[in-house]
Amino acid sequence: MTNNSNSLDPLIEKRLSRRDILKTAGIGGVGVILGASGLGGILSINESKASTTETNGEVVPFYGKHQSGITTKTQNHVYFVSLDVSTSKKEDLVKLFKNWTNAAALLTKGKAMGELSGNEFLPPKDTGEAAGLSASNLTITFGVGPSLFIKDNQDRFGLKHKKPKELADLPKFPLDALEEDWTGGDLCIQACADDLQVAFHAVRNLIRIARGKATLRWAQTGFQRTKQADPKNETPRNLFGFKDGTVGPDVNSEKQMNQHVWVQPGDGPNWLVNGSYLVVRRIQMFIEVWDRTNLREQENTFGRSRDSGAPLGQKDEFDKLDFNHKKENGEDYIPANSHVRLSHGDGSQQILRRAYSYSNGMDVKTGSFDAGLLFKCFQRTPSKQFIPIQNRLAKMDKLNEYTIHRGSAIFACLPGTKQGGFIGETLFN
Amino acid sequence: MKLLKVSGILLLSSSLLFGCANTDKTSKQEGDKETKNTHSMALDGVTKEYREYAIGQIEEFVKATEAFTTAVKNGELDKAKALYGPARMYYERAEPIAEVFGDLDPKIDAREGEVSEAEWGGYHRIEKGLWIENTTKGYETFAEQLMKDVNLLRAKVDTVEVTPDLLITGAVDLLNEVSTSKVTGEEDRYSHTDLYDFAANVEGAEKIYQLLTPALKKKDEQVSKEIQARFDDVYGLLNQHKKGDGYKLYTELTKAQVKELSQAIDALAEPLSQIGIVTEAS
Repeated sequence: MTNNSNSLDPLIEKRLSRRDILKTAGIGGVGVILGASGLGGILSINESKASTTETNGEVVPFYGKHQSGITTKTQNHVYFVSLDVSTSKKEDLVKLFKNWTNAAALLTKGKAMGELSGNEFLPPKDTGEAAGLSASNLTITFGVGPSLFIKDNQDRFGLKHKKPKELADLPKFPLDALEEDWTGGDLCIQACADDLQVAFHAVRNLIRIARGKATLRWAQTGFQRTKQADPKNETPRNLFGFKDGTVGPDVNSEKQMNQHVWVQPGDGPNWLVNGSYLVVRRIQMFIEVWDRTNLREQENTFGRSRDSGAPLGQKDEFDKLDFNHKKENGEDYIPANSHVRLSHGDGSQQILRRAYSYSNGMDVKTGSFDAGLLFKCFQRTPSKQFIPIQNRLAKMDKLNEYTIHRGSAIFACLPGTKQGGFIGETLFN
Repeated sequence: MKLLKVSGILLLSSSLLFGCANTDKTSKQEGDKETKNTHSMALDGVTKEYREYAIGQIEEFVKATEAFTTAVKNGELDKAKALYGPARMYYERAEPIAEVFGDLDPKIDAREGEVSEAEWGGYHRIEKGLWIENTTKGYETFAEQLMKDVNLLRAKVDTVEVTPDLLITGAVDLLNEVSTSKVTGEEDRYSHTDLYDFAANVEGAEKIYQLLTPALKKKDEQVSKEIQARFDDVYGLLNQHKKGDGYKLYTELTKAQVKELSQAIDALAEPLSQIGIVTEAS
């Protein structure tokens, strides 16, 4: 009965019979009775409802050459999940991505996952907590991890020959303290929105669709100062109080994005062209230790002024980094082991950062904060971008005294798709 | 098919329409009443079969409890321990019915802390004696009382009216029981025989699914298949933890195995929550 391969799962899409009576009470208590059958009818209702949110300018288009949520202006919140695929059938996987695509297209417009059924003996199709909320610039970005292709030496879905060389588990970096509970994953979903409830609603409904096919492996929320709290839109500060993300490629420059972020033809398998590699690191910060570190030490650690964000010895946050600038006594203004200097290297390696702070309450073992950075960056070639940068940082970065890497994962974020297509079509077809 | 009389379903739909319009209280109430009647008519055969199944389980539960309480009274510690897990399975399978008796359920099945210490009796009270104090001594009166309560349950079960609603919500509720208390190891916190209860809840849910399968297949073959496949997954996992005639102790499972079981239950319960579509018009 639900054989339409392009439609949503039986769980979220159900054939409408003539006698089905739809009761839409949730939003605004308006009752609508629909006699027609088919999903088109549902969509048309939602379409009219969503038009108001679109004029608010809070809808980020889901369909396109690239997935959204990569170069999209960073929203206030992220809900990031890594998943294990539990099915062993490729057809289930394809169906999952089709269902996810359709669901994400609805969710990013601020729409519900389906009509409210008239049958009170069924659970509602949409979980409901985003009813009446705007789309809040929600973006949903899907990725696939190395273990989707090969796990325990098994070619799980006949995709082994499609695995790009770059999509490999990251090497073990010095000082890594990775925990299994925060590491790896077959798939990922990054939901970013200006409202955490909207982001949660999206992830929750996507996970619900995935039941029986994929399960949660780990999940982490993240936040930044909100746009509301920072109308001037300055560079956000991390939990150490420093401006974080001053330098990076320009998302408005197609040339730079093609050079540093989007996978290009000839880079590897063609299915990933217009996609991007995502590296995620869950970095715990020793908040308490940092707080008893004197200001000079803090600034030497980052290589920047805490207040202005300017490189040490310079005036403005956006002044070009000058590593030759020396004090009268011959010392570098920006110490050799400072974070900014090591991240920068010779400036040839650039990554598109999309980092959020995280706070998970208390570390029960120590009674200290479990807080830090959910570091995420997108790039075209991890082996030439994140990996050399992190190698430098892991060896020498003064910041290592105050942080510890607990989690790590790499995903290939698939190219975007057009209406009627699905995310993952280039990989699975 | 006799399970679903179209006329009955039409009445159901119209009652929902009234509920939806929400303008006239009287017509809504009438609608509700009609819903109930038409349901009982439509799924009559199924509810009758389920009633027989549940009573059968409770009858077995009486026998198993008889053996268990006798062992306790006779001071046969090891025997009582061996009978504890399997005896409870009959009760857990029939939980949607057994729970109807809000006064008896806590007497038979309350865990420590759920009722006051003075009132606490039943299976779990004796469980604590057997495993924590390692004795039957002092628990004879609890055994006596338990037997009385279980006999009373058997007598009362005949009066239960099994409605389609009870079946539809009961199936998912059984799995919710697993998710919220079995998976956490809280049910049998002294004996760690939680997997017996776990398996019995799943079997109880499967019974309901099987009874509704013919109706469900007519509605949505795909969902029906999906549910069956997920039941198979859960049994596949449970079978890995079998030991002799029974199951491993819950404490023998690794964290990863517990998580796997928990996620398999979620994967099953989600499509199972769709069985309510059997009440819809075709």
